[in-house]
Amino acid sequence: MDQSQDHLKSTPLESLHLARGAKMVGFAGYSMPVQYPLGVLKEHLHTRAAAGLFDVSHMGQAELVGDDVDKAMETLVPGDIADLKPGQIRYTVLTTPEGGIIDDLMISRPAESGREKSLVLVVNAACKERDFAHIGAQLAGRATLTRHDDAALIALQGPKAADVLARLVPAAAAMDFMTTRTDVLANAPVRLFRSGYTGEDGYEISVPNAEAVRIAEILLNQPEVQPIGLGARDSLRLEAGLCLYGSDIDTTTTPIEASLAWTISKRRRTEGGFPGAGKILHQLANGAPRKRVGIRPLGRAPARGHTEIQDGNGRRIGEITSGGFGPSVEGPVAMGYVETAFSKVGTPLTLIVRGQAQAAQVESLPFTPHHYFKTTRN
Amino acid sequence: MANSNDAKLRYTKDHEWIRVEGADAVVGITDFAQSQLGDVVFVEVPAAGKALKAGGEAAVVESVKAASEVYAPVSGTVVEGNAALPDHPETVNSDPTGAGWFFKLRLSNPSELDGLMDKAAYEKFVAELSA
Repeated sequence: MDQSQDHLKSTPLESLHLARGAKMVGFAGYSMPVQYPLGVLKEHLHTRAAAGLFDVSHMGQAELVGDDVDKAMETLVPGDIADLKPGQIRYTVLTTPEGGIIDDLMISRPAESGREKSLVLVVNAACKERDFAHIGAQLAGRATLTRHDDAALIALQGPKAADVLARLVPAAAAMDFMTTRTDVLANAPVRLFRSGYTGEDGYEISVPNAEAVRIAEILLNQPEVQPIGLGARDSLRLEAGLCLYGSDIDTTTTPIEASLAWTISKRRRTEGGFPGAGKILHQLANGAPRKRVGIRPLGRAPARGHTEIQDGNGRRIGEITSGGFGPSVEGPVAMGYVETAFSKVGTPLTLIVRGQAQAAQVESLPFTPHHYFKTTRN
Repeated sequence: MANSNDAKLRYTKDHEWIRVEGADAVVGITDFAQSQLGDVVFVEVPAAGKALKAGGEAAVVESVKAASEVYAPVSGTVVEGNAALPDHPETVNSDPTGAGWFFKLRLSNPSELDGLMDKAAYEKFVAELSA
């Protein structure tokens, strides 16, 4: 592609991607598969119909340990960490003193005995250096961050993911969505997270680098599983209404503007105590000037990121932050920010695509229903 | 999907092909271009009567991943856009040099064709890109 590829890092699964004919691209400093010979469209649909395997080893994994690790972590995120039960995962954001978002991340409390003072973190690839430096510096003296650069991360997503993984790790079947456990997969020690970035049921599997290719091959040899690249990962998460850091959220967007108020518990709303709490809690009480919404272009033309959004009078009211074609929706889908007065579902919008006005409307997210797994409890 | 007509095509460095048929010419994107784009999900073709300049934006093709412009290989006036393409954009992938044509053009300066690549030159150009 270009010379910059020479400087890219590779994940432990690089040889597997090449052997399977992946087209590799640079992403967040890594050489990553954007698609395999199946192609983005079929990879997307296969994940929604069966199971897809994604290499997400570029993401940042770490463990935070401290006597008062929950309280320490809560000084950096608005999420409720103290309330996390052993084995539970929470989605939250690192915030700036101005209420912007440094990154979104998953924080888990390990269930294993002896790890009561630990939190397991998974952050975005492009943000991991900054995140880990920030957490280490801010919590110095209270908690110690250890990077898990020795572990790969493999996502297995789709309605057949549980059947596939339970064949190899029986206990995987009964895990609730947003829980984690350690186990053994084909003699490799693994941490399983029942979570993902597709809107489907599935897992993210942390595995030692040295075992990553072997474990990925075992999973790919299951008849339901196909390897899936970053192209389909993006269209899947967009249909699922999930934010891409750097596009839909960044240091200029608050969690309230980003429609992530649901990540802030009642206790944290009352107590505050996280960076930017002043602005964020003020927006919670009084409303934010703009909101992230789902946007459905009414024609066929996809509206990509940075497309201008206007009201019916030609006044600029916002911008698309993620947009493209939704293979499961079979049409264009997008997300973006609009002035709050235009954020109600059904509100007509005008998108300026290649200089031409295109009709669109605010639509509820997700575009495709989430299929997360919960054990029935009555 | 190479077809036997490929030898008559002329090519641009932007991966359009053009096939002259009398005073008119048919334009599309090459097999290499469609394979690089991946699954085509949206196509916009120019309306009849539109005047195009060589190298100017003529049509739009979008895959799941990204949007791309299709440029006019030579100058002329659009005679016909492929009306079947917006409803069946996947034709660009399955038959790029046949049913996946984008538009027909009445040439205004046929000598511009001399500046385009023949099949051998285009294949060499693509091989160097992929190297």
